[in-house]
Amino acid sequence: MKPNPSGLRSYTIIYLIFLYAPILLLPLFAFNDGTIIAFPLKGFTTKWFEQLAGSDQLLNAVKNSLIVASASAIGATVLAIFAARASTRYDFKGKGGLMALIMLPLVLPEIIIAMAILVVLLQMGLNLGLHTIILGHMLMCTPFAIAILTAAFQSLDKSLEEAAYDLGEDAFSTFRLIILPLVLPGIISSLLISFTISMDEFILAAFLGGTETTLPVYIYSQLRFPKAIPVIMAVATCLVAVSICLLIVAEYFRRRGIAKTGGKDTGGFL
Amino acid sequence: MTSAKPMIELKDVQKWYGDYHALRGINAEIRAGEFFSLLGPSGCGKTTLLRTIAGFEDITSGVVMIDGKSMEDVPANKRPTNMVFQSYAIFPHLSVEQNVGFGLRRDPRTAAEKQKAVDETLEMVGLKGYGKRAAHALSGGQRQRVALARALILKPKVLLLDEPLSALDKKMREHMQVELIKLQRQVGITFILVTHDQEEALVMSDRIAVMFEGEIAQLDDPETLYRRPKTRKVADFIGVMNFLPATILSEAGGKVEIEVQGFGRASIDADQVSNSHDGAAAVGFRPETLTILYEGQTPLDREAPGIIEEVVYYGDMTYYDVKLDGVTEPVRISMRNVFGREVLERGARTRVAWSSGALVLFR
Ligand SMILES: Nc1ncnc2c1ncn2[C@@H]1O[C@H](COP(=O)(O)OP(=O)(O)O)[C@@H](O)[C@H]1O
Ligand SMILES: [Mg+2]
Repeated sequence: MKPNPSGLRSYTIIYLIFLYAPILLLPLFAFNDGTIIAFPLKGFTTKWFEQLAGSDQLLNAVKNSLIVASASAIGATVLAIFAARASTRYDFKGKGGLMALIMLPLVLPEIIIAMAILVVLLQMGLNLGLHTIILGHMLMCTPFAIAILTAAFQSLDKSLEEAAYDLGEDAFSTFRLIILPLVLPGIISSLLISFTISMDEFILAAFLGGTETTLPVYIYSQLRFPKAIPVIMAVATCLVAVSICLLIVAEYFRRRGIAKTGGKDTGGFL
Repeated sequence: MTSAKPMIELKDVQKWYGDYHALRGINAEIRAGEFFSLLGPSGCGKTTLLRTIAGFEDITSGVVMIDGKSMEDVPANKRPTNMVFQSYAIFPHLSVEQNVGFGLRRDPRTAAEKQKAVDETLEMVGLKGYGKRAAHALSGGQRQRVALARALILKPKVLLLDEPLSALDKKMREHMQVELIKLQRQVGITFILVTHDQEEALVMSDRIAVMFEGEIAQLDDPETLYRRPKTRKVADFIGVMNFLPATILSEAGGKVEIEVQGFGRASIDADQVSNSHDGAAAVGFRPETLTILYEGQTPLDREAPGIIEEVVYYGDMTYYDVKLDGVTEPVRISMRNVFGREVLERGARTRVAWSSGALVLFR
């Protein structure tokens, strides 16, 4: 490789510092024995984590977030399997327009979606709660899930299905025995990414949650109280740790999927 | 192994893709136990016809019968046919033996009996001991064998092969051609092979259907196809055919008198005439039916003078393009380089031996 011009190199380094330094500060202050977020550091403590574990409100928000994220991830992925399968295997009238409409939430401002859904739900007289957040999050996650799964279904050779059919299987058993195992890495990626998106989504959760609070909404509400900030730092530290674990799991499945089918690795997250 | 009983009957099979007429009235009978080839240039409808027999394509009209039964309303997974796909379609997430045993899932036999069948089939295709390997880690030739084993283990009445050798290199391809012939004789199953390679079709088949643009142009055994092509197009597609303009002088008593540019007058049998109606009358003949005459040699039948325009040396063979006196286009002549036979120079005058028995008249 040619050596980088030094200007570009320092640009890259500065970029990475801006990106990651704030995240590195989170655990630093989470273990700092002091309520003020400033240097110099005081001393090591785990009391913020103890407070965190003792806060019912916070634990409830975590529980809500886990429920919403799991349900949205599963819902969005199931819908996306059907859409991706249909768009890659069948030709039908208006396919292009339909797929564009399905993918549109990717670029629509979230606040508009949130307001629109809220107005409709209120007009319909539905109670707000976790179920309405889940609906909103499914809408948000489905385009991402479709993008991932379309790639997975597209790389599937049509003659594999025909071969299974030729060997006596029917449409359903072919799906179960051949298609599903081969797109499984895609399904797992889709679940993980949808889960992550839902987990830290704020606007829809704040608009559609009613009295229910998810973790991002709870964190935001606590930022008004300076006393609560070190605990928030502790929560954030836990989230970073969980995110890193999820990323590693996702990458593991992606690589295993490629190795299993003998494909070439064309780069991934890690 | 072949018998006269038809295994497959195709009656006026038509297939339209939207407004594209892919199969334009296919009529053919394929005999039980024969090695049958569909030969034609890319896009002529070979794969479509094969997939029609397998049940992957609905035909627009016509009848497909397999072993005396109409295949209308019989889906692909219920037909007594199995297919070796062009891409082999090996299931990448399964091992070799799981691939080969895939079709036995609904078989009532015990697991041990199925395992035995898998092992026997693997041995038959020369993959003994490969059962536990991951399918995606195999070479092209090995994948092809797995695809064969996977189809043959079900003992289908008809095995369909879509260009099974086209992805292999030349050496491997020639090796597999012989293996496939042996395998077909051993199992006695009707094989239908799709290929665009005329040499492959000639080497392997009992009979060949030559297809152009959705139609069968000629259906014959390899020798008849080579020696008596029915149209100039078939003649051109299979091997090399020289053409010389000709005029018909008279026809009587099973004999046709013709005047051939460069050769002169000749008398041929009526069965050497193809009524192909594709252009002006011409005689066709293969490069190996002509012989360059060396000093002092006399022809067995007739001779014509000419000048050598081009010499192409192939090691075992030499091809000469010779412009016969009074003809504008050169004819190609192939000579085996037997020991002691000198390779001639470009530009040399020469004499060419020919025989009226080797001519085909297209009119
Ligand atoms: N699913 C399809 N839809 C439209 N046209 C098709 C389809 N499959 C094949 N064709 C057309 O039919 C013709 C014959 O195709 P094919 O049978 O694959 O040819 P071959 O195998 O002889 O190369 C080609 O011109 C091809 O473009
Ligand atoms: Mg083809």
